Amino acid sequence: MSGVSVKELEGLAGPATVEGPEWLEPVRRAAMERFARTGFPSAREEEWRFTPVTPIAQETWQPAWTREPVAAAVSREQIAPFVFGHEEWATLVFVNGEYTPELSTAAGLPDGVLVTSLGEALRNGDEVVRRHLTRYARPEDNPFAALNTALLRDGGFLHVAGGVELSAPLHLLFLTTADAAGTVTHPRNLVVVERNARAAVVESYVTLAPGARYWTNPVTEVVTGANSWVEHARIQRESESAYHVATTQVEVQRDGHYRSFSMAMGAALARHNLNVRLADQYSEALLYGLYITRGEQLADTHTVLYHDHPNCHSWEVYKGILDGRSRAVFSGKVVVQPEAQKTDAKQTNRNLVLSDHAKVDTKPQLEIFADDVKCTHGATVGRLDERARFYARSRGLPAEVADRLLTYAFAAEVVDEVAIAPVREELDRLVFERLGAL
Amino acid sequence: MLSINNLHASVDGKEILKGISLTVNPGEIHAIMGPNGSGKSTLAQVLAGHPAYHVTDGQVLFEGRDLLDMEPEERAQAGFFLAFQYPVELPGVTNAYFLRAAYNEIRKSRGEEELDSMDFLDLLEEKLKLVEWGPEIMQRAVNAGFSGGEKKRNEILQLAVLEPRLAVLDETDSGLDIDALRTVAAGVNKLRRPDNAFIVITHYQRLLNYIVPDRVHVLSDGKVVMSGGKELALELEAKGYEWVDAQAEALAQ
Repeated sequence: MSGVSVKELEGLAGPATVEGPEWLEPVRRAAMERFARTGFPSAREEEWRFTPVTPIAQETWQPAWTREPVAAAVSREQIAPFVFGHEEWATLVFVNGEYTPELSTAAGLPDGVLVTSLGEALRNGDEVVRRHLTRYARPEDNPFAALNTALLRDGGFLHVAGGVELSAPLHLLFLTTADAAGTVTHPRNLVVVERNARAAVVESYVTLAPGARYWTNPVTEVVTGANSWVEHARIQRESESAYHVATTQVEVQRDGHYRSFSMAMGAALARHNLNVRLADQYSEALLYGLYITRGEQLADTHTVLYHDHPNCHSWEVYKGILDGRSRAVFSGKVVVQPEAQKTDAKQTNRNLVLSDHAKVDTKPQLEIFADDVKCTHGATVGRLDERARFYARSRGLPAEVADRLLTYAFAAEVVDEVAIAPVREELDRLVFERLGAL
Repeated sequence: MLSINNLHASVDGKEILKGISLTVNPGEIHAIMGPNGSGKSTLAQVLAGHPAYHVTDGQVLFEGRDLLDMEPEERAQAGFFLAFQYPVELPGVTNAYFLRAAYNEIRKSRGEEELDSMDFLDLLEEKLKLVEWGPEIMQRAVNAGFSGGEKKRNEILQLAVLEPRLAVLDETDSGLDIDALRTVAAGVNKLRRPDNAFIVITHYQRLLNYIVPDRVHVLSDGKVVMSGGKELALELEAKGYEWVDAQAEALAQ
């Protein structure tokens, strides 16, 4: 799409910009100008070759905030299925993009932990936000991130001060209702875990309207401070008619440990850009993911690991299960800079295709400019193992039970890597349920 | 119990079984011996219903039913069991889950009530003793990362839990050290009953010191060329498979 004017975008940005801090305005304006110049990416661009975004670009999306607020119509009972049985966890709930304090909880947090909506933090002139917000997810990297920056209004904000441990996870819950139909939201999250601190964050995108057509365009920035430890689970269960284009931008400082699990099972078109910069020595990133698609769904994962310094370690395992006429795209880039000697990076992408009409495009890309490194990658696309099927059937399991069991097992291997136990158990249940219905 | 009549089977268009006939009665143990490539494992796979093998002629009746007309899972549900020569690894599926699923599918097919996980654990405890294993093994993925000996022992554990009427042990002794061999053999002997039967396929006589067969059959080039009592195994061990080939040739002329 071309011909978006800055003026039009300003119109979309709405009154929140007025309340935003002064420092943000030039950033926002630059992002707007950037997007106005580039427009939506075209399929001619390598990064978007397999994921045509024309269905998003051609539609007119109304900013969700211009609609009547509906948060009051959502009850605690309605969000209960999405909180992993832990409603006592600090939870920020956003209904159709709007922060909903009545459904949120942030009680009993230790000193040094701040959990609040980003909108609130911006209005309060939070210093941490000023230092970090928009520093990592750069508008020039991706038009969708530019648009998010141009139009950001709200999202979750977590700050964990140095040496502090957040014992229970923070849950950022983005919920859509039937009123979201035809709207776009640009959730913006910021997680800053300082030196020697520890935290777990769950980011969920769920819906009460399984058939609704809307667009979610989130950006999450995560700062993993020196010698800190961050667990990040991301669960995308949007309506299967919705669009979800997300960027997660992670910075890992010296001796920092970042671990993520990304589950994608919703949306008609889902794209997740996960960019992790190992920004100093001895930092580490473990990235796990699972996408399960059916019907006409498209799930696209683009990850980039930047090894900028020596002695860093990255480990990545993504798996996919595809049925129907669905498609998956996996692009895993690992960039090892000349000074990043002793890099240890391993990447695996395995896809299980259950139908003749499903399709996977998987593309590992190693860009290695250092000579003393250990980097491997592997990608597979295949059907269920016939030997395993026969073995299971020979023990009395009917063919369809055997298939379901083996498919579940394929997923379970990576779901087992979810570090937060209640989230792991819930994902396990979701996978089981979904495979029964594939 | 099992009656094989003139069984011919091929894989990839190549005939491997060239007319096998064999009858097994309840309470019996039969040993099938023969050199590599004689068709021993093919026979086992055909009986289990492996889709890669095509039966071109002959019949197999199992408990009065046409075995060859049944799906692999129906054979298991009817009480047929194959202990695989190369047990398959199932990463991500725990032994406990797999065994209970198999056990309950078989019960379900017979109109019996399924066991819940607590009751199943009780049953398992007793069966684990048979193979001298602790309960830890149940939380490991089926055969994943198991040693050769552990895989074979796991086959015997499945056999013990599923309690088939007829079990075929396909070279269960290969790759086992003497202690593991004894454990496996003792397990099988304890599972012997007047109403079940075993077919033990082996290349060597060694296993038959521990599992004593009622009948021994020697396979060569897809046919049973000799049958006899347990002493045939010893004779075979002493004289080697060349002796069988000579006998087979003599027979052919």
